[in-house]
Amino acid sequence: MSDTSSTRDLLLRIEDLKVHFGGKSWMPGKVSKVVHAVDGVSFEVERGKTFGIVGESGSGKTTTALATVRLAPVTEGRVFLDDLEVSALKGEALRLARKRFQIIFQDPFSSLNPRIRAGQTVREPLDLMEVGAESEREGLVQELFAQVGLRPEQRALFPHQFSGGQRQRIGLARAIATRPELVVCDEPVSALDVAIQAQILNLMRRLQDELGLTYLFISHDLGVVQYICDEIAVMYLGQIVEQADRVSLFVRPQHPYTKALLSAVPSARPGKRAANQAQRIRLEGDPPSPINLPKGCRFAGRCPLAEARCHETPPELKVIETGHKVACHLV
Amino acid sequence: MSGHQTDRPLLQVSNLCVEFRTRDGIARVLDEVSLELQPGQTLGIVGESGCGKSMTALSIMRLIPSPPGQITAGEVRLAGEDLLRFDEQRMRDIRGKDISMIFQEPMTSLNPVFTVGDQIAESLRLHEGLSDKEAAARAVKMLKAVGIPEPQARAREYPHQLSGGMRQRVMIAIALACGPKVIIADEPTTALDVTVQAQIFDLLRDLKERTSTAIILITHDMGAIAEMTDRVTVMYAGRVVEEGPVEAILDAPKHPYTQGLIACVPQLDPNPTAERPPLEEIPGVVPALTRLGKGCAFAPRCKYAFERCDQEAPRRVSVDADHRAACWLLEEGTSA
Ligand SMILES: Nc1ncnc2c1ncn2[C@@H]1O[C@H](COP(=O)(O)OP(=O)(O)OP(=O)(O)O)[C@@H](O)[C@H]1O
Ligand SMILES: Nc1ncnc2c1ncn2[C@@H]1O[C@H](COP(=O)(O)OP(=O)(O)OP(=O)(O)O)[C@@H](O)[C@H]1O
Ligand code: SF4
Ligand SMILES: [Mg+2]
Ligand SMILES: [Mg+2]
Repeated sequence: MSDTSSTRDLLLRIEDLKVHFGGKSWMPGKVSKVVHAVDGVSFEVERGKTFGIVGESGSGKTTTALATVRLAPVTEGRVFLDDLEVSALKGEALRLARKRFQIIFQDPFSSLNPRIRAGQTVREPLDLMEVGAESEREGLVQELFAQVGLRPEQRALFPHQFSGGQRQRIGLARAIATRPELVVCDEPVSALDVAIQAQILNLMRRLQDELGLTYLFISHDLGVVQYICDEIAVMYLGQIVEQADRVSLFVRPQHPYTKALLSAVPSARPGKRAANQAQRIRLEGDPPSPINLPKGCRFAGRCPLAEARCHETPPELKVIETGHKVACHLV
Repeated sequence: MSGHQTDRPLLQVSNLCVEFRTRDGIARVLDEVSLELQPGQTLGIVGESGCGKSMTALSIMRLIPSPPGQITAGEVRLAGEDLLRFDEQRMRDIRGKDISMIFQEPMTSLNPVFTVGDQIAESLRLHEGLSDKEAAARAVKMLKAVGIPEPQARAREYPHQLSGGMRQRVMIAIALACGPKVIIADEPTTALDVTVQAQIFDLLRDLKERTSTAIILITHDMGAIAEMTDRVTVMYAGRVVEEGPVEAILDAPKHPYTQGLIACVPQLDPNPTAERPPLEEIPGVVPALTRLGKGCAFAPRCKYAFERCDQEAPRRVSVDADHRAACWLLEEGTSA
């Protein structure tokens, strides 16, 4: 891995992304409450790598994913795929660009149309994007089915005739149909059983190798993230509080929230449980609301180390060593 | 329920069978399920989706929807008395008082139109015959006991006004209100963040230490099992395939299914290296319960399966004191 950004082949660049919901009101002179779902997020993803986002429920992971593929409104900031400014695209240009980035969701059931056969679901993006000649597309769909481990005759079945894992395979086949460069994955294995989860994670890694895919991978399961991601960002209340490559993040976590998060994961070794519980950093209370944000560090209210300045000034995301960034006054 | 006998388990489920009538025929959802629970003990039940974990819990509570479901054989003994012989009236006294249940999604089990204080008080009025005022005061105490700040004010709030973690605490407060002997927690933290899960586990552990309540923890998370339980029952396709002390099950599992279930989870490693070998996989999926053959239910997915596995179902055999598994390899003398 190289360190300087000049030699890194960056596929995705996100610059100071903000997604705010609400705010406008039909009543003149009145402003309704603003939800700061994503509030100044920047990161870069190298081509062929997997970038993970973890963080508490409501921290803005899904919204970041959706904004990246233009399924949530970008309030401020820019999203680039190579040199293409995705966040500035409109109409036909945006439609055509969608060939290059796809998304898969957590719930493989509700994201598939129950009345459309699996083969048609996978073929749809090929037709929409006019990939290949019409006569070739059925063959492409067959290939895609084989690639994700489904049998060609299963093209004729409806979503309810598949298991959860198989439905996620259909979702993957559909996502890679247009040979995208970037696949955004929002909790793609969270609804699956552990045995099926392992099958899908291995499949995703194989597809990445075969097709040179770049993944933006969102999950709240730290074991999964550690297994699949090359680089990881930890979000808290709409912002990145720490970001590093997978070894640094797990071996040398710096932000108090990251430390608490990692220490909360139970170890699967029963012999270690006493030690585990003794070392655990316990967080009190709930995260503050994304509507009334605290003026200092957003974690200060729950941080075991918070000092007076933490409640006054928000810390900046600073580089502490190559490739490792932290937003905390004490680091 | 009367006098304690020292060696009699608090809860003893023996050879419980449950069948469901389905369009594809009879599904044997539980097949000779047995388990034991001592006071103050935590028993974990693990297994893939559809393996019968929740059905086991619902059968103990006698909450199986019937029809289409039916308990066809077995016993569920609480302090020696077989709950399966009780009439519905007596069961209603048992539920919430002697055995109570915590579900995965607190939002669906809390009533949206009553304040959380009322919902805790309700159970106290019903089972303990407390007056409205006494019950309300106890409800506030319970909220305090489960670590809810400003319990007085929170008691007057409705479920939607609370965060997911707080709602789960309310569920626990309701489950605890009448001081049950057994709590069955069915995936109580699956919908919660790990930091909140840690709080809920602290709470359950503390409770167990103070009151010697016994807990059945249903989960698919091996970390939760390691963290919380004393003993573990592993289920597959409605059958108990292995059971034993938590250390034995997690560190030296004997059944190929248990081994696979543990190996396929990407466990968080505090010291990861750059190497990332592919995860172990259990191929295929859980079979339809209407189409189980006469052999070992795991045989179609088992990498060790041999002829006998397809022909005859293995019995549970002891592999160690207190540790049993049902696999032909263990009887043939070869180890998996
Ligand atoms: N369309 C919307 N309108 C208003 N608020 C929204 C909308 N979508 C998301 N939010 C809010 O934005 C915040 C971030 O939500 P988001 O779904 O991105 O979180 P997340 O990190 O994906 O959480 P989870 O782990 O629960 O999936 C939350 O407070 C959420 O309630
Ligand atoms: N009404 C029903 N009719 C027929 N079969 C049913 C019915 N309800 C449940 N089942 C079957 O009973 C079996 C056991 O289900 P159970 O809910 O106990 O699984 P579980 O182990 O709790 O799974 P999960 O991890 O998904 O909660 C499943 O195979 C399910 O399909
Ligand atoms: S009995 Fe046979 S098929 Fe079943 S788990 Fe043992 S080896 Fe595998
Ligand atoms: Mg989300
Ligand atoms: Mg269940």
